[in-house]
Amino acid sequence: MNIMIPPRRRTLGRVHVPAVTLAHGAGGKAMKDLVDDVFIGAFAATPDVLEDQARFDLAALQRHGDRLAFTTDSFVVDPLFFPGGDIGKLAVCGTVNDLAVGGARPLYLSCAVVIEEGVAIDVLRRVAASMAETASAAGVAIVTGDTKVVQRGACDKIFITTTGIGVIPPNVDLCVDRIEQGDVILVNGRLGDHGAAILCARGDLALETEIHSDCAALDGLIATLLAAAPGTRCIRDATRGGIATVLNEMAEASRLAIEIDEAATPLREDVRGFCEILGLDPLYLANEGKIVIAVPPEEAEAALSAMRAHPFGAGAALIGRAGPGEVGRVTMQTTFGGRRIVDMLVGDQLPRIC
Amino acid sequence: MKYADEFRDRDKAKTLILEIEKLAARIEVTKTRPLNIMEVCGGHTHSIFRYGLEGMLPASIELVHGPGCPVCVLPMGRVDDCVSIAEHPQVIFTTFGDAMRVPGSRKSLLQAKADGADVRMVYSPMDALALARNNPGREVVFFGLGFETTMPSTALTVLQAEADGIENFSVFCNHITIVPTIKAILDSPDLHLDGFLGPGHVSMVIGTAPYEFIADYYKRPMVVAGFEPLDVLQSVWMILKQISEGRAEIENQYTRVVPEAGNSPALAAVAKVYELREFFEWRGLGSIDHSGIKVREEYARFDAERKFAIPNLRIADPKSCQCGEVLKGVLKPWQCKVFGSLCTPETPLGALMVSPEGACAAYYQYGGVKRQQNLEAAS
Repeated sequence: MNIMIPPRRRTLGRVHVPAVTLAHGAGGKAMKDLVDDVFIGAFAATPDVLEDQARFDLAALQRHGDRLAFTTDSFVVDPLFFPGGDIGKLAVCGTVNDLAVGGARPLYLSCAVVIEEGVAIDVLRRVAASMAETASAAGVAIVTGDTKVVQRGACDKIFITTTGIGVIPPNVDLCVDRIEQGDVILVNGRLGDHGAAILCARGDLALETEIHSDCAALDGLIATLLAAAPGTRCIRDATRGGIATVLNEMAEASRLAIEIDEAATPLREDVRGFCEILGLDPLYLANEGKIVIAVPPEEAEAALSAMRAHPFGAGAALIGRAGPGEVGRVTMQTTFGGRRIVDMLVGDQLPRIC
Repeated sequence: MKYADEFRDRDKAKTLILEIEKLAARIEVTKTRPLNIMEVCGGHTHSIFRYGLEGMLPASIELVHGPGCPVCVLPMGRVDDCVSIAEHPQVIFTTFGDAMRVPGSRKSLLQAKADGADVRMVYSPMDALALARNNPGREVVFFGLGFETTMPSTALTVLQAEADGIENFSVFCNHITIVPTIKAILDSPDLHLDGFLGPGHVSMVIGTAPYEFIADYYKRPMVVAGFEPLDVLQSVWMILKQISEGRAEIENQYTRVVPEAGNSPALAAVAKVYELREFFEWRGLGSIDHSGIKVREEYARFDAERKFAIPNLRIADPKSCQCGEVLKGVLKPWQCKVFGSLCTPETPLGALMVSPEGACAAYYQYGGVKRQQNLEAAS
């Protein structure tokens, strides 16, 4: 399904069976039909000529900046569709965000899909449509890709790998080791929604909630933020491991201590309740549309107002500060008046017995 | 959040801390050494670290983290037994989440799962029963673990299985009882405890009468405590009040949950399904008489111990591991020879490092504030 610019028209294949079989991975007509019908139909504006690779005009890329940013990520999620998103949206947002937090303008994505035999074609269509819609909203093009079909049990329905290319403007230099004493730590909204939404959507907790994943492409928000606060030191997306993990990475890389204030940490009331019931710590829950930002204190207000004016930054808050203290240590002032250490998580968070 | 925020009020905490400081200053012994108060239950350990209570209390009060984390006191041999049951191809082995990582002598349940055993995390034994109902061709085993808090739920699940005629469900019973364990700690020759925070959720089931011997015979005060931070502080204050007045009584701070007489339907279900074992092996504490329970003969068909050939080997704790001393409050977690070096949450040697409720894991993960203060004071 590699796509290039059009000299002549070709006929797109169609899938006429309800589910994927190993034949769709065999390299023959069935595979071409699947790729054409499901993926090219969704992704390509002009699906006329396919080459084995996407090609870029270097001069055109250079107009966006002076450095390329390049990143890759794989996406596996159970269930495939959950409140607030699906694996396709996740796969696009995840890679777009990995580019954007480096200050890059995301431009192109690849999409490699491993499919378990038996997956309904309609499910694939929904995932591809969601990827296309998310990419288009984020202003990126999905320009190359691959599909593989594996036997039942060899993967869990659909695995997606996206790789992204972006360009960093000349005046932008975001890096964790640039954090200085006195810098403030911001987040763009309420934490832990994605992790909680996924755990609820799996259904085995028998908890009914209205928690939606925060899955979102944040390139627009980050561009707004950087325009308002050009002195921004660094941005990280708080995905797996939650903000606790990101804060520890920041403290370690900057050789500083970071202290956050529990009372300032934005949380939905139902995510808080969800964590209380299961004995989980929201600081470690995954997010898919949340970033942690370090800015010099004099730009804090500008950064917060710019983010709050953006739909993905409405709940932006100042949650802490980098300072002297034990190097690499993250601590939290608890709402109760105590102080605790916020360490890296070792494995998964496991619900407590009683 | 209603019913939670009321018990996390910062200003009330400040007032309580002031009152605790005043009381502590009035107790003569604090002039020469700190008062050692043991929280028996892992849930309290968790709250203490989560809210940073250790750092808020005056230096004249030391909290000693007791044996009340059922995952922590599970001996290696029992984990091996779990793995051996889970490795039967027809078995679906179900467990509470935090038991997954406890190391056995060969492997943990998490590793057994990676090696192909069908191990599933459930949130209630009733979820395991539902699995049995939906998988009639498989044997579903539930790892019954915990103190009196979780006993009624597994007992009721066995009764439900009987009522529904579900024969492919069994419990691997490793429930333990708290009272003989507190007694074992009190009988320990190297004991330095001045009072106890009593386990709130256990007491919700058994009531407060079973603790009377602690006051009557051992002359130590105990206050059954809730799990919110204000509950813990108020209970510490109540213990200090007793000490300052020369009293040793069993008091109940957690009256909104704990009835003095316990929960009789829960106790009836437990008595119907289970009976005491002569002894049970604890990690770090050794064998304690009458500290475990097993499934009664009448419910043998729901007893995994009778359904499966279980190796039941005794595996000695690693020699370097000092979980026993930490459990008894003789050592602070960081005073253990292997704390943070050979024994970390990633590669736990002792069970106290495994569960987030374990004193060592809690120190490693959340804690250290008090320890830092101690180190700073010493230097």
